[in-house]
Amino acid sequence: MEKKELVCIGCPMGCVMQVEMEGEEVLSVSGNTCTKGERYARKEVTDPTRIVTTTVKVKNGTAERVPVKTKSDIPKGKIFGCLRALKNVEAIAPVRIGDVILKNVAGTGVDIVATKDVEAR
Amino acid sequence: MEQYEIVIIGGGPAGLAAAVSARNAGAGQILILERDKELGGILNQCIHNGFGLHTFKEELTGPEYAARFISQVEELGIEYRLHTMVMDIDRKKVITAMSREKGMYQIQAKAVILAMGCRERPRGALNIPGYRPAGIYSAGTAQRLVNIEGLLPGRKVVILGSGDIGLIMARRMTMEGASVQVVAELMPYSGGLKRNIVQCLDDFGIPLKLSHTVIDIKGKERVEGITLAAVDEKGVPIPGTEEEYECDTLLLSVGLIPENELSSQIGVTLNPVTSGPIVDESLETDVEGVFACGNVLHVHDLVDFVSEEAAAAGKNAARYVDKFLKKENIYGKEEADPYHGQSQAAVSLIPTGGVRYTVPSIIHPDRMQEEQVVRFRVGRVYYNCYINVYLNGERLLHRKRPVMAPGEMEQIKLKESWFANVPKNAEMTIQIEEA
Amino acid sequence: MYDVIIIGAGVSGCAVARELSRYQVKACVLEKAEDVCCGTSKANSGIVHAGYDAMPGTLMAKLNVRGNHLMGELSEELDFPFSRKGSLVICREKDGLHRLEELKERGEKNGVEGLKILDREQVLAIEPNVSKDVIAALYAPSAGLVCPFSLNIALAENANENGIEFYLDTEVQKIRKTELGFWVQTSRGDYETRYIVNAAGVYADQFHNMVSEKKLNITPRKGEYYLLDKSAGTQVTRTIFALPTNFGKGILVTPTIHGNLLVGPTAADIEDKEGTNTTADGLAAIAEKAGQNVSGLPLKKVITSFAGLRAHEDGHDFVIEEANDAPGFIDCAGIESPGLTSAPAIGEMVAEILRKKLGLTENPHFQGRRKGILDPSKLSMEERNELIQKNPAYGNIICRCEMISEGEILDSIHRPLGARSLDGVKRRTRAGMGRCQSGFCSPRTMEILSRECGIPMEELTKSGGESRLIAGTNKDSF
Repeated sequence: MEKKELVCIGCPMGCVMQVEMEGEEVLSVSGNTCTKGERYARKEVTDPTRIVTTTVKVKNGTAERVPVKTKSDIPKGKIFGCLRALKNVEAIAPVRIGDVILKNVAGTGVDIVATKDVEAR
Repeated sequence: MEQYEIVIIGGGPAGLAAAVSARNAGAGQILILERDKELGGILNQCIHNGFGLHTFKEELTGPEYAARFISQVEELGIEYRLHTMVMDIDRKKVITAMSREKGMYQIQAKAVILAMGCRERPRGALNIPGYRPAGIYSAGTAQRLVNIEGLLPGRKVVILGSGDIGLIMARRMTMEGASVQVVAELMPYSGGLKRNIVQCLDDFGIPLKLSHTVIDIKGKERVEGITLAAVDEKGVPIPGTEEEYECDTLLLSVGLIPENELSSQIGVTLNPVTSGPIVDESLETDVEGVFACGNVLHVHDLVDFVSEEAAAAGKNAARYVDKFLKKENIYGKEEADPYHGQSQAAVSLIPTGGVRYTVPSIIHPDRMQEEQVVRFRVGRVYYNCYINVYLNGERLLHRKRPVMAPGEMEQIKLKESWFANVPKNAEMTIQIEEA
Repeated sequence: MYDVIIIGAGVSGCAVARELSRYQVKACVLEKAEDVCCGTSKANSGIVHAGYDAMPGTLMAKLNVRGNHLMGELSEELDFPFSRKGSLVICREKDGLHRLEELKERGEKNGVEGLKILDREQVLAIEPNVSKDVIAALYAPSAGLVCPFSLNIALAENANENGIEFYLDTEVQKIRKTELGFWVQTSRGDYETRYIVNAAGVYADQFHNMVSEKKLNITPRKGEYYLLDKSAGTQVTRTIFALPTNFGKGILVTPTIHGNLLVGPTAADIEDKEGTNTTADGLAAIAEKAGQNVSGLPLKKVITSFAGLRAHEDGHDFVIEEANDAPGFIDCAGIESPGLTSAPAIGEMVAEILRKKLGLTENPHFQGRRKGILDPSKLSMEERNELIQKNPAYGNIICRCEMISEGEILDSIHRPLGARSLDGVKRRTRAGMGRCQSGFCSPRTMEILSRECGIPMEELTKSGGESRLIAGTNKDSF
């Protein structure tokens, strides 16, 4: 059996929660004061994911860079893989919010999309 | 001189929401004056997500959140001017503005909505001793460099202050290739959201040192290192706790200050606690027809509440203009009207027992809606406490809260019915009671 | 071969350069920093002293009063901000009264005009925020406020326009006597000259001692200051001095010429000639003493703190003369307070020494008037509109705290000896000097500097040398 400790992000209370696990299976969650906490703990210890936001260069745009994000959350362990994949990516103006800038980033199956319009110069 | 019904100073989240709401409430000529090259304000550089959960029930990035409001402004045909700096506003609501294209000019407004936002507290305000080398940035300045211009201000970073911008920048700098050594916080608690501590620091193994501060900055030309020390309950560094950190950059996230230089020019009275204007239930300042909302009024942590507050200011400004016009054109100038009449009671909201301030701080019962939102912050962390509201000694609200922290804005709703038959100049106190 | 090399582009060196440019002369200024006004001249009280402090008969006394006298006309000729606001020395104890009298007498011997002792009521009538404990004060109407940067920069620009060469980023490393004069080795090549003016501030002893056996010893005396927001600038309208004691002049409180409030300086002798760091003790000492003579000081409105080094020579007087055993080597050393005030007189005195020695004749092309960077806030709305129509950059505000436009920043970059760094722009225009301390405008000013000077963003500096502002670009290390 493995024990993990984590801090709940649900509210300012910041409950310190203990999770007991057997392999990938969650045996128990304690220390939480609400169900939101338990839900968060179960997800966070088995499948932690994050939305990654960053910027990429823009060619011929009215701005140097355009902000982008992963269209949905990706595994936490893939954050830097995702960033490395974006190092040399260049969007071409005009760019619209939601435009796919890079498909299937770092093998996550998730696309990178623009989060801002950039007009052509 | 140009004439507008409502002129909104600032095209950030507050200005945009105020404009949309004022138009929806029937205001005709509205003008937004924005000093930057685009609408959206600081949201344009807040490329991280987490905005809009309350307003749109989904998580958006800053630019996406701004875009939703900008498209409403465009659809409603609300006029705005970019690259335009407001130089002065006088008590008669004559606004002096300037831009490259139009030069310096004046506009007469019937109502003004102050939505200038806030600025970051600089190093000087903290009196951190040491040299003044390159490499000391406020977190927001670094955010602009990294997120808008793609430039890394430094590679080895120490962050002082655990406000949300500092936390967010710890993650952003890490994700762009810098190494963040430590985040130090003077207070025994973080000023930022729990979520940001976990996702911006813990995710990347960045330590957060509470009750610590920077006591020396080394490096004559570029930052070469800093000294960190633990502080006692009064915030005074404890000798013997010094630790040296090698770094080329010090980011400061040590507080935001509402930007009220224009408000002072108009003659608006400011609250020394918030550094923002004193407003009533209509978010009207003590200069008639001048409204305030967003971070110029008090610093918020969530943009959703800025939008909500600004929408109220926009609606009230529209209502004011409507009355203003009627007063001029229909009733004649001398007519007292329920909106401007001084006849009714004005109830002062008195923050006490751990409540640092309230917005609004005055309620005119004859002008209030059925429910009146009051926002406030507490002075320290409270567990298992109650929010109490008393009017003339009678307790009207007793709400249990498991935890309250200075970093999170609180809100309660006052009911119009409570104010029936309230005597003139009554006082309402809002306090925290520990269980 | 130069006739004259001036070491140091601080206010003394530049005052000498400007006065020297009245004559036909081949002269240059060597400065180790990337800009003029980078040492003692940039970090001081910005006060034009009346002249009652120094002992009668000293060079300090003489040049202080003369410098004060020249400042008004010079500020008009060279277009820098100066205002004769007056000063008060506050006496709060009965046994201090005789020292107030002494100061007055000393001042009168030095030739200071208009000195008056005011009683409590008179003081409080003109300065209501002075401590209620005041019993009397020495009023000096001729004292004033000057922008130290503008004075220094104006002198440098005008000297440069009149033919004096300036070599910045050029550190003097060695000086050797030669048959004809001196050989000067610098970080950027060697120079030969007949005369040297040693205006090297805290380093003046090192250069002097390279050529003379009669050694000088200059101790950097650190002074720390608090600068307060403009909203605190009206706390007092004149410079408020403490009554001097054996331990020095004490902490003063003064408005600055630009409307901020300045509190300081401390006085601590240190060893490091580059030790311009503020210290916890120093800052605490100001906070403790600041309120003695002025009540209700809003120290919450501090926007920055800084430290400057006074070049204190053991003899505690200005050393302005040719070194006995090194003909041609003119010292301009030990220029501590009231050095800023004295600068115009120091320039005059040294130029006169050189004129006689070198037999200089007048420069027929000398143009003593210089136009400073335009301050649009002094224009009417019509004038300002006309200006923006001609040059739209004046309609684009870059520094929102001080309301500085792109036009002023462009001017600061493109004029003679123009700004090359963020601090260079700041000292010339005040962009970044306001309450947000450049948080808002620095990225914008950097863009302008980069564009106008053709310096890549990664190469831009705060103040030359290794003070680079940007370390790289996003993801460049992945």
